[in-house]
Amino acid sequence: MHAEPTAVLKILSDPTRRAIFERLSRNGEMTVHALTDPSGVSQPAISKHLGALKRVGLVRGRRDGRETYYSADPKALAPLIDWINFYSTFWHNRFDRLEDLLKRMDQ
Amino acid sequence: MMQINDTQAVIVEREMPHSAEKVWRALTQGPLIEAWLMKNDFLPVVGHRFSLRADWGTVDCEVRAVEPNKTLSYAWAAYGLESVVTWTLTPTDTGTHLRMEHAGFRPDQQQAYQGAMGGWQKFFAALEQVLARMD
Repeated sequence: MHAEPTAVLKILSDPTRRAIFERLSRNGEMTVHALTDPSGVSQPAISKHLGALKRVGLVRGRRDGRETYYSADPKALAPLIDWINFYSTFWHNRFDRLEDLLKRMDQ
Repeated sequence: MMQINDTQAVIVEREMPHSAEKVWRALTQGPLIEAWLMKNDFLPVVGHRFSLRADWGTVDCEVRAVEPNKTLSYAWAAYGLESVVTWTLTPTDTGTHLRMEHAGFRPDQQQAYQGAMGGWQKFFAALEQVLARMD
């Protein structure tokens, strides 16, 4: 099951997170250290971004000894590429919210 | 999902136990639209350009048709998708039958995006362009 498509878009709307995801997509597996070096962003910040990317399934982590190797999972982009599925989920969700709103509104 | 000529549409229909007038207000008043859809500068005036803004991106819209309590239609452009959203309200014995049709998904467009999967640059360039227009 994919994460809510809007959650994936929200995560990628941050330029630093997008850059991390792009680098992992191009380079394959990387450690936090390798990701930190040229970016000028602190290691705790990179780790936090990796955590956010992992939550929506865009990034996976593989532990080996003391190191964790991160890689991109392009499958998580599928809901953004398949607009019909994206909007089907989106509109059903919005209809639920519209129903809730109508209940709260005065006649 | 439905096929119309060369494009496909997402259709959602639901019975609402509320009057058409009330549903119409929820669909056409800015603060109410924000409560269930997105932040907006919507006005129910044909030709009015507005945007819908969420934390995941911006949708550029233009009002196409306004028939109070009956039908509302606007163009919907986001992330390279050029489409049209049409709302139809039909009074029933118990309230309103609400139908939303989001049309204009071209199969070749889907493929274009799928093709871009291999070419990250293209995908991110498109994403970058849209995100740059946010706020």
